[in-house]
Amino acid sequence: MEKVFGRPEALQDREMHYCPGCTHGIIHRLVAEAIDELKIREKTIGIAPVGCSVTAYNYFNCDMQQAAHGRAPAVATGIKRALPDRIVFTYQGDGDLASIGTAEIIHAANRGEKITVIFINNAIYGMTGGQMAPTTLPGQKTTTSPLGRDVTTMGYPVKMTEMLNTLEAPVFLARVSVHDPKRVNKAKEAIKKAFENQVQGKGFSMVEVLSTCPTNWGMAPVEALKWLEANMIPQFPLGTVRDREGVAE
Amino acid sequence: MAQVKFNEERCKGCELCVSVCPKKIIHMAERFNSKGYRPAEVTEQDQCIGCAFCARMCPDVVIEVYK
Repeated sequence: MEKVFGRPEALQDREMHYCPGCTHGIIHRLVAEAIDELKIREKTIGIAPVGCSVTAYNYFNCDMQQAAHGRAPAVATGIKRALPDRIVFTYQGDGDLASIGTAEIIHAANRGEKITVIFINNAIYGMTGGQMAPTTLPGQKTTTSPLGRDVTTMGYPVKMTEMLNTLEAPVFLARVSVHDPKRVNKAKEAIKKAFENQVQGKGFSMVEVLSTCPTNWGMAPVEALKWLEANMIPQFPLGTVRDREGVAE
Repeated sequence: MAQVKFNEERCKGCELCVSVCPKKIIHMAERFNSKGYRPAEVTEQDQCIGCAFCARMCPDVVIEVYK
């Protein structure tokens, strides 16, 4: 018998620290599969964020650099401009990318940096203990919105993919989910496309991946997947909102 | 003919694999692994169709699929 599914080479053979059922592990594997399939592992440099995935450098089997909170796109800009033949990606959560790092992601996208951004949106802060994030849903209970997010005083969820779609420069913007095997396959396609764009020298690509946080949502992992599908997708519709051949010179 | 192999020591017992198996042949074992989780296992291996749904949903790359 032949092995038809196993660990991709771009993912180190070690235990990950994520909570049981956390979909970070699925998304790590999809990124690693894309890197393997494009045969770019030897020239890929990943930028790890601050948040639960701060130690992503322990898991990806390629060169990695950890950035200050939210600054991954700025670090990626520097690395890509200094070493333009490398494939540079950032891996950031919603607290990192959509809160403290809002300025960095918007300006990196607006400059059309030729980088790949993997944005993990689970509507809550994970590592710091389940506080409200910019992406928290209306009415969602967190440790800092114990009665539920009140939109009259706390605003609405920030839709990063749609926000970046108002800019000229980005070439690829998509939102995907990992709540069932079919969606996992779709997410993989989008992530691979975001890396392929960079291989082909196109501009800025970002994939937003809807993810779960069973621990801070206070749900069993399977229940969390169902909650994602029922509650997050109506707020954060799936699909590719931008797919261009490249930036006009 | 297909086969799935579970690396039980890496399993955190999240049950995502159980929830997506179309043949419903994945169960949580009675025993504990060294981390204290009940690992997922397949008891009716001959019924596996090798769809790899379980492996695709596993956040910890516990599962290998052979065909």
